[in-house]
Amino acid sequence: MSEIPIVRNILEANDKIAAELNTFFTEKKILCLNLMSSPGSGKTSLLEKTLADLKGEFKMAVIEGDLQTDNDARRVAATGAQAVQINTEGGCHLNSSQVKEALSHIDTEGLDILFVENVGNLVCPAEFNVGEHHKVTLLTVTEGDDKPEKYPLMFHISSVMILNKIDLLPYVDFDLENAKKHARKLNKDISIFPLSCRSREGLEDWYQWLRETRATKA
Amino acid sequence: MHEMSIAQSIHTIVLEELEKHPDATLKKVLVNNGALAGIVSEALTFGWEAITMDTPLQGSILVVNEIPIIVSCGSCQKEFTPNDRLYMPCPDCGLEIGHKVLQGKELQIEGIEIE
Repeated sequence: MSEIPIVRNILEANDKIAAELNTFFTEKKILCLNLMSSPGSGKTSLLEKTLADLKGEFKMAVIEGDLQTDNDARRVAATGAQAVQINTEGGCHLNSSQVKEALSHIDTEGLDILFVENVGNLVCPAEFNVGEHHKVTLLTVTEGDDKPEKYPLMFHISSVMILNKIDLLPYVDFDLENAKKHARKLNKDISIFPLSCRSREGLEDWYQWLRETRATKA
Repeated sequence: MHEMSIAQSIHTIVLEELEKHPDATLKKVLVNNGALAGIVSEALTFGWEAITMDTPLQGSILVVNEIPIIVSCGSCQKEFTPNDRLYMPCPDCGLEIGHKVLQGKELQIEGIEIE
């Protein structure tokens, strides 16, 4: 029996491609954001609003990760933005090689912002970089305000937490301050935007963050 | 169950290493799993068994070494092992956030044993 030391990072293959993608995005001055949340938190609705409202300002594209259907890609494409679908066929997260493959179907010339809509899941997507500049996590007021505590990695590594569906606050027992407090305990620099895609309240703050963050890449 | 993807990544790396030892039989794979890496050791070893089933690597064992967290306090720099993964008050000054993680994020293959 002989022991052979290796010492290699297990995620190195994923991280290597993610680093290549990140360099590509930075050189092309494309802001890349990785959107993550539980299923049904409104990632696609947020994208629909953002793509429609800011289409005069930015050229944007979306890579859609889904287990099976292309329903979300069709919704996003209806706004006029480029959308490419990745079906993970059961896979619970996107990885960097899937994003690289999807990117080959996107015209990146003059692109300002690329959104990657990850598979709805608060656990696994947090483990896999896909070349993004920032991770954005959505949490809705119909979920528990202890979600950041329950899924700490997701909130620890995200630059932004969007608290969606705040138009439903009068009907649910969700404590906004509690959710913010838990998130800041895990990540003191996280930017938090309470908003509602339905009533449009708070959307402008998110757009302003996009404008400012995009400006740092230009 | 992202442990399956992780097990697949380990499999890829191990096969690369085994190419250097074509006549060897793989006995063990030694993996370091930090408490903050978000990987369940049992799910990982289960994933390894599933991936290697009916392959030349069947019967090899994935040994997971769980690495505890060590942080350095963001205020007084005291190094300590927190009792909890999330709530980490410094035993000296009480600071709860802003610590620097010194150990516990590892997710790496330490080595393999072959015969």
